[in-house]
Amino acid sequence: MEILRVEGVNKSFGGLRALNNVNFAVEEGAVHAIIGPNGAGKSTFLNCLIGRLVPDTGTVMFGDISLTGMKPYEINQAGVSRVFQTPEIFAELTLLENVMIPTMAKRDGKFALHAFKRLDQDAEIVDGAMQMLEEVGLEQKRNVVAGSLSRGDKRRLELAMCLSQDPKLLLLDEPTAGMSRADTNNTIDLLQRISGRGITKVVIEHDMHVVFSLAEKVTVLAQGAIIAEGKPEDIKGDPRVQEAYLGGAHL
Amino acid sequence: MVLKNSSPTSDLIFFAVFAVAVLTMPVWLEPIGAGYPDLLQKFAIYGLFATGFNLLFGLTGYLSFGHAAFLGVGSYTAVWTFKLLGMNPIPAVIMAIITSGIFALLIGYVSLRRSGIYFSILTLAFAQMSYNLAYSVLTPITNGETGLRVLRSDPRLFDGAGEAQGPLLANLFGFEMTGYAGFYFCAVVLLIGFFIAQRIFRSPFGIMLRAVKTNQNRMTYTGLNPRPYTLAAFVISGMYAGLAGALLCITDPLAGAERMQWTASGEVVLMTILGGAGTLLGPILGAALIKYFENIFSAFNEQTLHEIFGFLPDFLEYPVVSVSSLFVGEGWHLTLGVLFMIIVIFLPGGLMEGVSRITRLFRRKPQKSEPSRATAPAE
Repeated sequence: MEILRVEGVNKSFGGLRALNNVNFAVEEGAVHAIIGPNGAGKSTFLNCLIGRLVPDTGTVMFGDISLTGMKPYEINQAGVSRVFQTPEIFAELTLLENVMIPTMAKRDGKFALHAFKRLDQDAEIVDGAMQMLEEVGLEQKRNVVAGSLSRGDKRRLELAMCLSQDPKLLLLDEPTAGMSRADTNNTIDLLQRISGRGITKVVIEHDMHVVFSLAEKVTVLAQGAIIAEGKPEDIKGDPRVQEAYLGGAHL
Repeated sequence: MVLKNSSPTSDLIFFAVFAVAVLTMPVWLEPIGAGYPDLLQKFAIYGLFATGFNLLFGLTGYLSFGHAAFLGVGSYTAVWTFKLLGMNPIPAVIMAIITSGIFALLIGYVSLRRSGIYFSILTLAFAQMSYNLAYSVLTPITNGETGLRVLRSDPRLFDGAGEAQGPLLANLFGFEMTGYAGFYFCAVVLLIGFFIAQRIFRSPFGIMLRAVKTNQNRMTYTGLNPRPYTLAAFVISGMYAGLAGALLCITDPLAGAERMQWTASGEVVLMTILGGAGTLLGPILGAALIKYFENIFSAFNEQTLHEIFGFLPDFLEYPVVSVSSLFVGEGWHLTLGVLFMIIVIFLPGGLMEGVSRITRLFRRKPQKSEPSRATAPAE
């Protein structure tokens, strides 16, 4: 069954056509990678999915809900979470607080005025957040202010925040960019471990090593249009992809 | 302990110590010349005002430059309640909270569509509009320049018009709200306000407000709508301001438009930053410090300066007195400005940062310091 279906999406910024008639579908439970050279429109595409941008034309269907025109928080409440290219975390709050916020958002919805009960007495939230921190291996640092983390840890924290909401669809925007090989492998391990939960994932990635270890299907974007789609091995050998993405070099 | 720095017991102890400190202020502030009721009332009232302001500014980071409008609305409402219902302070307090809450809801709904400097300017504009309305347009309600006061001819439904002897003062079932009785009334209200603020700081709502300050983007992509959170904080903080305004009228039943002027809005910003925005105790310390300085330094004149510097030889005494006289009396704002600059430059976290630096200094010696505390905010 398809969990996400994008049809005929166009998006222009002034004269620049960032997305050109993009049709895209993701099977439920699949890991789908989007690759493409810089400026191909990958991040713009994700922005259209989460409501940060509204497509000029076209429809985005999530299950049987139309996401076009919905507010970002409504889209998230419907079950779409995103890990950003530069980690978006609550830098002034501790790690535990960072994870408690999405846990509460999942339970209490977009707004709840719980001004009198103590947060640290809310066992459901505290335990849930602790468990999630343990899962990404950050439980030791639970009382550290998130802004002081290393880049790799910030990403793991953001991933924990997204996972704590138990999303149906997880969008990952270059989850390993700027990471060392060891950190990249840790992230791959982590992503493979969580694949047991049946979360559908769409991954934007530059690192082919990551794409081939995770993805079941790859879509190639170039200049806002899809130029190829298929299994990783097929994509690897596709001459059009090599031309557009790798400038003719061999993988 | 899963969370650092707070547990129900430690919070309760903190509150108990604070309550004792507030209620015994007349005793321990005596030696520094602040132990008289008029000033103590101001400490409590402006402490409450700043506590409420801090719920908005300290937690969400939204800097309102128009909070004096709510102070004024609270004052006018309180005086009108006196005029219509009688001199009991309780209805006045309740009515002031309700009207300032409604007022804050309207202003907040419009102003919170913008953030940062635009939000500040919008609130400032609304406050100046309120000031001008109170000063001239709405004279039938506010009595304009003269200020609104309770008259003997007012209906005062519950305690009978025209029968009172002597000056018209608020009284709580026979206790006149002046002097120490007035102070204790304000102090109890401050304690209630402080308790609520403490609960909000520790609550899920409080953490959402801090999330607003840190990263609104992440909040929206986490399924949370920041707007109602900020609006709720704005309304609650407006209610605190209205309550403080009512207390001003309970201790002295007179409401004037100058209470709404932008300087009054600026003052509460100074109090909060001086004490430490985002901390529980900071704004109250800041309010007390500013009100104390206002009283001490504005009372000085050249005569007192001559007495202070009398030990200097004449050729030094005169220049010293003429320079320092700029900083006292009418010019006490200069002292405030200098103090504010020193604190903001050397202690950006306000007085509370100073306190936490000192406690850390003492704590570090017996046991090795915990690295995680180094970045913890002062509280």
